[in-house]
Amino acid sequence: MGTNQNVLGLVFASLHDEAIFDLTKQRTMGSVSFGGRYRLIDFPLSNFVNSGISQVGVITKRNYSSLLDHIGSGREWDLARKKGGLHLLPPYSHAGSTVYNGRLDALGNVWNFVEHASADYVVLSNCDVVTNIDYRPIIAAHIRSNADITAIYAKGFYDQTQGSATIFGIGGDGFVNDVTIDPPMSSACNLGLDMFVMSKPFLRRIIKESMSRNRYSLRRDILLDRTANYKILAYEYTGYYSKISSLADYFSANLALLETKNRAALFLKNAPIFTQTRDNPPVRFGLESHIKNALIADGCVIEGKVENCVLFRGVRIGKGSVVRDSILCQDTVVGTHCSIRNVITDKRAIIADERQLTGSAGYPLFLGKEAQI
Amino acid sequence: MYIKKEVVAMLLAGGQGSRLYALTHDMAKPAVPFGGKYRLIDFPLSNCTNSGIDTVGVLTQYQPLVLNDYIGNGQPWDLDKMNGGVHVLPPYETSAGASWYEGTANAIYQNISFIERYDPEYVVVLGGDHIYKMDYSKMVDFHKEHGADLTIAVLDVPKAEASRMGIMTCDEEMHIIEFTEKPKEPKSTLASMGIYVFTWSKLKKYLIENEYANTGSKDFGKDIIPAMLNNGEKLYAYTFEGYWKDVGTLGSLWDANMDLLSPNETLDLYDKEWRIYSRHNNMPPQYIGPSAEVENSMITEGSVINGKVDFSVIFGGVTIEEGATVKYSIVMPGTVIKAGAVVEYAIVGEDCVIDKNAHIGRSPEEYPNRDEWGIAVVGHNIIVSESKTVAPKDIIADNI
Repeated sequence: MGTNQNVLGLVFASLHDEAIFDLTKQRTMGSVSFGGRYRLIDFPLSNFVNSGISQVGVITKRNYSSLLDHIGSGREWDLARKKGGLHLLPPYSHAGSTVYNGRLDALGNVWNFVEHASADYVVLSNCDVVTNIDYRPIIAAHIRSNADITAIYAKGFYDQTQGSATIFGIGGDGFVNDVTIDPPMSSACNLGLDMFVMSKPFLRRIIKESMSRNRYSLRRDILLDRTANYKILAYEYTGYYSKISSLADYFSANLALLETKNRAALFLKNAPIFTQTRDNPPVRFGLESHIKNALIADGCVIEGKVENCVLFRGVRIGKGSVVRDSILCQDTVVGTHCSIRNVITDKRAIIADERQLTGSAGYPLFLGKEAQI
Repeated sequence: MYIKKEVVAMLLAGGQGSRLYALTHDMAKPAVPFGGKYRLIDFPLSNCTNSGIDTVGVLTQYQPLVLNDYIGNGQPWDLDKMNGGVHVLPPYETSAGASWYEGTANAIYQNISFIERYDPEYVVVLGGDHIYKMDYSKMVDFHKEHGADLTIAVLDVPKAEASRMGIMTCDEEMHIIEFTEKPKEPKSTLASMGIYVFTWSKLKKYLIENEYANTGSKDFGKDIIPAMLNNGEKLYAYTFEGYWKDVGTLGSLWDANMDLLSPNETLDLYDKEWRIYSRHNNMPPQYIGPSAEVENSMITEGSVINGKVDFSVIFGGVTIEEGATVKYSIVMPGTVIKAGAVVEYAIVGEDCVIDKNAHIGRSPEEYPNRDEWGIAVVGHNIIVSESKTVAPKDIIADNI
């Protein structure tokens, strides 16, 4: 895999934090745990790297200490580079800047970094879409089509109760001719994945124009307001993805990884998802363990019964306990003889012996970070 | 410019490990996989890091490719340092000619200039084929307190085992009076663990003298230690308590892996204060399928289990298909065990394919005469075809 020196990847680590507020109370969207051993930011970072993009800026807003912890120097993604590499871009990066209100505002705040990156093109991504996408053909299509913006979308279903969606109408020429945000009816649609390709000069222009009119939303002020003014190429992504815009989404996106075909689509041998290593030992299964259909990260010690679960690193489940249809985040401890169903635990939650916890599939019960039951 | 280090560790990793047969055909013994996600060398390297020793020379010779790749820049063990860190030291050619390492002492002798860069007070000499967790800094403290020239770590072993090891006879202050390699009538049960702390100035002197004495062996046990004892140098024994296992044979390698599954296990891999580090393969979490039956085992990331696994250590990226059975066995990274295959009392190497209905190993209970029984071994990158069997004690080094 060669590197593409001409492209800068920018990831918004804090966008849509409110979508899964429970999990983002103490961290950014990007540092939310996912899939047993990952954080959501691992997906956009790995996608950039696997697409040959080796200059990456991570734009944060607040609560970014856990994110800093996770990405460090970027070594795990091969982004600890002398040329390019990973740059964490907190707010207040220059005098007079504030916590941003939208992506254009955020980009304006870090424009100095973008300006000085040796790249003609910029790829933008959020952290709320879990996918394994190759940007190379998309960048090529962008350049070929002479578009101002290339917006990546997937054919999906919009559920109005889940909120927060950008939906594209697409003309016969493949360009976007209509944009709607959170329409009041559910339907099959062209669902925006909040990933865009633009040239640096074009991005510079729209940021400057928007700033001068006190506009800051890429979605509302550019895509929606100026659909007719710009050439917005719609690029259909046909691979596997999960978009996380609620706790229920988060729950089902994790459990979706129990299906072999979904894992095969997300964890590719030649485009792996990289993450921070934690030097955990293998999983230890006890004498009376009983496991069916579970995704289990290293460092777990399981002595009970587990069915249809995603267990993150270092989870412990005591003897006689039964855990079903649940997601237990890093270092959660379940005592002995517990019964747990449709539960999401945050890091280091502790469930004492003989507790019974039950949520429902649509509204899983959530235990916060370091909660003790 | 190098900054002075009080302690430098030298890790002898050149051994061929001929008693591990097929498992060391194409890799040095310290590179042999162990315990689900480790290689043997992870134990001494992690012990160094956890003991605060940040300068380590790894002496390689036999089949170094896998080992060199594995050690890389030393980052997994925190040994990628601007000053110090891990250095792989193969034999090299000088203006006087090229020579292989002729013995353990000669290997260190040939790297005197590496050690001298750091101007150390003490040199810790380690092997690469033992499983244990040990704080070397406590042993160095002991060495300093006793004003010793050489401190040898010893383990109190059962009398029956003593005649197979290097045995120390000590006075009450643990001052070593006598050292005998594999004595027929052991006078003591304190066995050498092959872990030495030398005062560097002394070691250097003896290495140079030994090199010119031309004993033919150039070995620590055979030459350096006896010479130091004869000359009345101060040799002390440092008693180690805890889990320690020599994994130099197939049987002991299997035993040591099975020890990890014992409830009385004293080697705690889950202790966060003394982690064993290893190079990571970046694989997704393991998946245990709906038809799987998993009990009393260790299984690692990247594995997909749909069969039956009992009393086994399964490494990363292993596939065990529905209808396959693995029990009392060790399955190394990347191996595929297909439907209907049975693997029992066996070690299966890296990247093997055990095809449908093949049968590797047998339970000792089927052998009234236990001498006829032993674990079955399949080497690395081997295909065992459909319905083939590998009998107990068999060691397979080619496809069958």
